[in-house]
Amino acid sequence: MVVGLINANPVVYEKKERRSRQAPETTDENAAEAIDQLEIFDHIRDIKDPEHPYSLEELNVVTEDSVEINDELSHVRVTFTPTVERCSMATVIGLCLRVKLMRSLPPRYKVDIRVAPGSHATETAVNKQLNDKERVAAALENPNLLDIVEECLSPTFA
Amino acid sequence: MAMDGGAAAVLREAHRLTGHTDRVWSLAWNPSPGAGAGPVLASCGGDKAVRIWKRAADGAWQCSDVLEDTHNRTVRSCAWSPDGKLLATASFDSTTAIWEYSGGDFECVATLEGHENEVKSVSWSASGSLLATCSRDKSVWIWEMQPGNEYECVSVQQGHTQDVKMVQWHPILDVLVSVSYDNSIRVWADDGDDEWHCVQTLTEANNCGHSSTVWALSFNQKGDRMVTCSDDHTLKIWDTSADLSQPKTSDNQESWRHLSTLTGYHNRTIFSAHWSSEDIIASGAGDDAICLFAEDKSSMVEGPSYRLILKKEKAHDMDINCVRWCPQDPRMLASASDDGTVKLWELRGNALD
Repeated sequence: MVVGLINANPVVYEKKERRSRQAPETTDENAAEAIDQLEIFDHIRDIKDPEHPYSLEELNVVTEDSVEINDELSHVRVTFTPTVERCSMATVIGLCLRVKLMRSLPPRYKVDIRVAPGSHATETAVNKQLNDKERVAAALENPNLLDIVEECLSPTFA
Repeated sequence: MAMDGGAAAVLREAHRLTGHTDRVWSLAWNPSPGAGAGPVLASCGGDKAVRIWKRAADGAWQCSDVLEDTHNRTVRSCAWSPDGKLLATASFDSTTAIWEYSGGDFECVATLEGHENEVKSVSWSASGSLLATCSRDKSVWIWEMQPGNEYECVSVQQGHTQDVKMVQWHPILDVLVSVSYDNSIRVWADDGDDEWHCVQTLTEANNCGHSSTVWALSFNQKGDRMVTCSDDHTLKIWDTSADLSQPKTSDNQESWRHLSTLTGYHNRTIFSAHWSSEDIIASGAGDDAICLFAEDKSSMVEGPSYRLILKKEKAHDMDINCVRWCPQDPRMLASASDDGTVKLWELRGNALD
């Protein structure tokens, strides 16, 4: 990919034990089950970092608390923390999050992706780019970039 | 003027047009479909195709043509020439195609190249002799139509600091407006010596402009008002009565100015706005809603203000990318969405009191 790694020595965090979902409180098996924070987190936790053989969860790029969701309003916001402040992979990571959620959530959902405040040097610019759906659509028509995204998403299908 | 016996305004879904296999980005009504012909609507989208829609004798709308295999990426925008004989299509493949529409058939007669990145928008001037395009490469190009389906690039304008989202000519003058990801609105005019210049830039700091990406603009019929819409969730109304096509002299300091900001109506990005010949403004947004506004003539405040006529929630299942009033029937509105459909709406009831 690039000459020299953007982040040569990432800190690797312990993977949180995967909790099984609680049985629903109601016994009515026909009741609608709301999409919740844990479900969203499970979709994105295993996305692979573009540069390292670790997941976004292992690098603390996303945690369960990164996810804010309002199922009634059909809105999700994911706040992620790039591993280094000048990480040029921030837009690729954001794109992976967006594509994964786009494919996993019902079309009614509005998804906002942002860099954790204070964690990235060009935070405002990255956030604006990640939430411009036209530029996202154009980026995904770039076959090289799409290949990178697909590779990062492949562990999430295991 | 009461139209329907004083009943409140209602936007009724009249038709739902399916066929596009990806999001629909843009719509264009043919301004001059020909004597005896009914309205003709073009739509384009992420499936790289342009669809042409016409109303059959029984009132149903049908897709009469599919224009494909010319653009190899998304078709982002389409525009008819004023005489209705040409259709221009702007694509993410960095090109703009020109289609000739004669005898009910389409033929691609020219391809305009030069932009380095995706072309976002294309627009014909009122005279039909000039065509403008804009791109993610931050530039605005102006082309002059020559005999024999030739187009000469007469100007390449740099000035925007980011992606240019839309270009639109003034409905009367040869004045061009561009809006951008850099949050600004730029106005371009020829100085009389075939030199195009930016004659005004409308920004948040200096003109009460937008605080985020400006996605689209539309003029009223006379060209003395303009509406813009933005990622900041607002619509802004501008007084565009000053004639910026005239070279500025020391005693002529006229400029366009902000009149009103419409805020609180949409809670996500507003992607499209369109001003009808009956002076109704339609907006379409990422909250899946269509809003209609009109000037509040009963208002006593200084300067014009605009009121909401109606908000159609869940007009589509996903983001609305384009709204366009039909020129032959100003009570018909077309909308295009990420859900892959085009919808035709009838505005009924009393919208203008």
